Amino acid sequence: MKFTLSWLKDHLETDASLKEICARLTMIGLEVEDVDDKAAFKPFVIARVVSAEQHPNADKLKVLKVDTGSGEPVQVVCGAPNARTGLVGAFAAPGTYVPGIDVTLSVGNIRGVESRGMMCSEKELEISEDHTGIIDLAEDAPVGTSYAAYAGLDDPVIEINLTPNRPDCTSVHGIARDLAASGLGTLKTRPAPSFPVEGETPVKVRLDLGEDRHLCPGFALRLVRGVRNGPSPAWMRQRLTAIGLRPINALVDITNYLTFDQGRPLHVFDAAKVTGNLTVRRAKEGETVLALDTREYTLSPANVVIADEDGVESIGGIMGGEHSGCDEATTDVLIESALWDPMNIAKSGRTLGIITDARYRFERGVDPEYMVPGLERATELVLELCGGTAAKLDVVGYEGHTPKIVDFPVSEVKRLTGLEVSSEESVSILEKLGFGVAGSGERFRVTVPSWRPDVDGKADLVEEVMRIHGVDNIVGAALPSHNAVNGKILTTLQIRTRQARRALASRGMLEAVTWSFISEEQAKLFGGGQPALKLANPIAADMSDMRPSLLPGLLAAAQRNADKGYGDVAIFEVSGTYEGDTPETQRRVAGGVRRGTASLTGAGRLWSNAAKGGGKPVDVFDAKADAIAVLEACGVPMGNVQFEAGGPAWYHPGRSGTIKLGPKIVLGTFGEFHPKTLDALDVSGPICGFEIYVDAMPEPKKKATRTKPALELSPFQAVKRDFAFVVDKAVEAAAVLRAASGADRKLVTAVNVFDVFEGAALGEGKKSIAIEVTIQPVERTLTDEDFEALTARIVANVAKSTGGVLRA
Amino acid sequence: MSELETLERTLLADIDAAADEGAIEAVRVGALGKKGSISELLKTLGTMSPEERQTRGARINALKNIVTEAISARKSALKDAAIAERLARETVDVSLPVRSSPAERGRIHPISQIVDEITAIFGDMGFSIAEGPDIETDYYNFTALNFPEGHPAREMHDTFFFQPDESGERKVLRTHTSPVQIRTMEAEQPPIRIIIPGKTYRQDSDATHSPMFHQVEGLVIDRTANVANMRWVLEEFCKAFFEVDQVTMRFRPSFFPFTEPSFEVDIQCDRSGPIVKFGEGKDWMEILGCGMVHPNVLRAGGLDPDEYQGFAWGMGLDRIAMLKYGMPDLRDFFNADVRWMTHYGFRPLDMPTLFGGLSA
Repeated sequence: MKFTLSWLKDHLETDASLKEICARLTMIGLEVEDVDDKAAFKPFVIARVVSAEQHPNADKLKVLKVDTGSGEPVQVVCGAPNARTGLVGAFAAPGTYVPGIDVTLSVGNIRGVESRGMMCSEKELEISEDHTGIIDLAEDAPVGTSYAAYAGLDDPVIEINLTPNRPDCTSVHGIARDLAASGLGTLKTRPAPSFPVEGETPVKVRLDLGEDRHLCPGFALRLVRGVRNGPSPAWMRQRLTAIGLRPINALVDITNYLTFDQGRPLHVFDAAKVTGNLTVRRAKEGETVLALDTREYTLSPANVVIADEDGVESIGGIMGGEHSGCDEATTDVLIESALWDPMNIAKSGRTLGIITDARYRFERGVDPEYMVPGLERATELVLELCGGTAAKLDVVGYEGHTPKIVDFPVSEVKRLTGLEVSSEESVSILEKLGFGVAGSGERFRVTVPSWRPDVDGKADLVEEVMRIHGVDNIVGAALPSHNAVNGKILTTLQIRTRQARRALASRGMLEAVTWSFISEEQAKLFGGGQPALKLANPIAADMSDMRPSLLPGLLAAAQRNADKGYGDVAIFEVSGTYEGDTPETQRRVAGGVRRGTASLTGAGRLWSNAAKGGGKPVDVFDAKADAIAVLEACGVPMGNVQFEAGGPAWYHPGRSGTIKLGPKIVLGTFGEFHPKTLDALDVSGPICGFEIYVDAMPEPKKKATRTKPALELSPFQAVKRDFAFVVDKAVEAAAVLRAASGADRKLVTAVNVFDVFEGAALGEGKKSIAIEVTIQPVERTLTDEDFEALTARIVANVAKSTGGVLRA
Repeated sequence: MSELETLERTLLADIDAAADEGAIEAVRVGALGKKGSISELLKTLGTMSPEERQTRGARINALKNIVTEAISARKSALKDAAIAERLARETVDVSLPVRSSPAERGRIHPISQIVDEITAIFGDMGFSIAEGPDIETDYYNFTALNFPEGHPAREMHDTFFFQPDESGERKVLRTHTSPVQIRTMEAEQPPIRIIIPGKTYRQDSDATHSPMFHQVEGLVIDRTANVANMRWVLEEFCKAFFEVDQVTMRFRPSFFPFTEPSFEVDIQCDRSGPIVKFGEGKDWMEILGCGMVHPNVLRAGGLDPDEYQGFAWGMGLDRIAMLKYGMPDLRDFFNADVRWMTHYGFRPLDMPTLFGGLSA
């Protein structure tokens, strides 16, 4: 919402400065977004051309002597065709910034003649597009004074960022009312218009909306005969121009002026172009209208139109039609002041893609009680500016406004804001804002004015009192503390999310945040792409589907980095994935990828591992270690966790695994990727990844006490023994480990694989698995016989469960 | 020269000449071994007369002692030399680089770090953390938050929609974290003090808008919480978060459908330099929106607005991260560029706490 200072002062009697007004506007909730104090116009002064002679070296240039009102006349070289002796125009001295040509003037030399300034065109001052000649003012314009002041261009323009709840402040009058209530002046009201009325308005209006009367709750129309439509007066044009509107002609300008002045959008029809009576109805499917913006719109029954016998003449409350618009030839004008349904206007405006000042107001809610007064005021202006005779106005459909009444205990102000405002002040504030206040003491019945549809209840009245009294008066007051020491505030899932992040970052990985939506192709590759998870209005085609997995985003990110020359990357994310559109089907997942040689110990070659070739590419085991790190950090009891070979389809089937807790709970997956997946994603290089479903981990068991179980330390020396078993290639190392540990759960405290070997010597389809068994005697030092017996049990157990034999 | 003197001179010369432990052992055996030259002489002591034993015997014993000591000294010297030689041999170039610690290389994303900072501050004020789904119903995202159907306020939020289901209901990507207010009120009885961090989405993309971004929201509901309490909470938060002793805040009346009265809050700062400084300066910067929870929102949460009251506020997490840590562009937050993550990310062991300072 834009307006000028002088315009505001039409409605507000005040001595306050521009700065004070702006500060107050912001503090009462009408945030000033921009102020143009027109200082840029200050350097331009009115000057008279004393003499204009032909430039000695250029046919199209003249050398002017210009009287600027101070000192000797100044010499200026000028190329304007209308430059002549006696012309009075706008002069800019060297040092002046001229906005229209984006140049700061200096003393020039044009074809051998010195030029000390410039006589400007309207375009150079960005007043209009006119560049046919320099500004040509009346003979008596006061030389040496400010051109902007003379031309009415020094009126500061204020733009407020209006919140959608304040339709009353889409008008200068409404803004003045708020400022006056806040003590910054007195609201000026003008006497009700008074003019003679002659005859009937011959064009009748019918509301043909069936049950949907709410679409047009009122329609007022009046004919004014015998008008002369030409340019509107300069003051009106200047104000409209100042707020960015293009003056058209007096009739149209009046409607635009009142739109801003009173927040009352109006429409004028050229009566000569209207055939028969007017009907307010829903548009027919496919019906078209050429609107005032000279674009043709195709309408539907969702749009409400004003039609005559020939068809649509206007899109109600949004934009008039070109056909019946007013121009210089208009002699009889129909002025419309109507009410429209805010929701329908918003919807129609949105679907038609039309943004107008009328729509802006109607979708917020226009004061119904000003429908008729607004038409009277418009008539008054038409008669004043264009002459003519007003006919009697007709009102259709308007059933009057039933004001809302709010029961208001003044104590609400203190209850909600903490402010101490006296009952008298509260009442006074409300009354100045136009509210009716009845009752006495501490409880009032407050009548809401027709221009404040936003006010419904007590809390709204508290806001009115508070913002006018002054929000700055509210002093912070401590929130009472519940506990001296605050306890645990995070849920298990929140703690695990945090632990997963810190655990992965402490493994040298970088935390990324990637998009929640990915392309349909990527989503389908990772088990997603369901219709319920597809956006109806994605921002881009490749951001259309909610991700079923963190991996596609991370893989793409790894590749983007590789393409920039950073191929060894280890990145992770702990965030949401989507299996469905319900809260329960949004998962919490920790996922990561490592690319190139970005292993735990570090990426790239280093002298210390050069002997081993250095820069070992990452593989499934790097991903497995990351996955386990997350589980451990989240406190999952690892003894019960199982690792199964193979993972979902996007993984390499022989180099991936699935992590489970019991037969049902899938804790995660890890591995290298299927070459087809990488191809489809256009991702290359050694790359592995994992996902852990943080939300699948069971709640930790509640413990009665924080005390840890007693520690029992054996006094006897622990011993390590190595075994190598030859097994079939398909036998999993985990089976050998399980069998060895199972040989004696008490004595065998750890088993580890220290070598895996395949070779011709072992035979076709065989491999050797070498394990190290840690034996911890508990009751006594073991004898040779004890060791022999245990060894035999280990060998037997492994043989029984894996078919492995001790390697010779 | 006597025979003993000759022997002593020879043995001492041999000891001196012994170059390693083997050679010195050979000398020892040759002199003091079973058949060694000195041992042989000692064997003659038994055949000597008492006088002879006193003179010659004493001289033989003296010789034995001299040689024994010389051998021992030489052995020790040789051992030292061997160690010195080994040490020299084992010397390496310690200027060679080693791997950095993984914990030193890894990084926490600024968003996660900021959430931890906020958790530390509000945890101290008795708040807990609440979360909710990204995919919301129209009811939780709009209707329950007092956005009337078709109200232009809904247009302030350029919403991502899903396809309508069989019943015609269209789910949305939540445009703010506020639906969690309703979900919390439905699930818990006041007093409520929660902080709601999370992802939010709007159909908007340019230099300052990203279709996905993060918000953090706060909600306090009890029987007395008012604007003055809200002002205190927000001032305390800003001081703690920006780690300055003093902040000046300006509350401007504004409008949000879900609060009444509503405010936008500006924080005083110095924007004259390349980095915004808080706690000083003459500029204002809008940092959050807030207000008293609208009676209709309390009702939607199943609470009686005449019995319960409270306040809520919300701000952009990415934005306050940018203000505090100086990232220039929001879009970089979601690009996963390793250089950006390494530069703007936080080390995993730098955990924000109040006792250790939020940022180290």
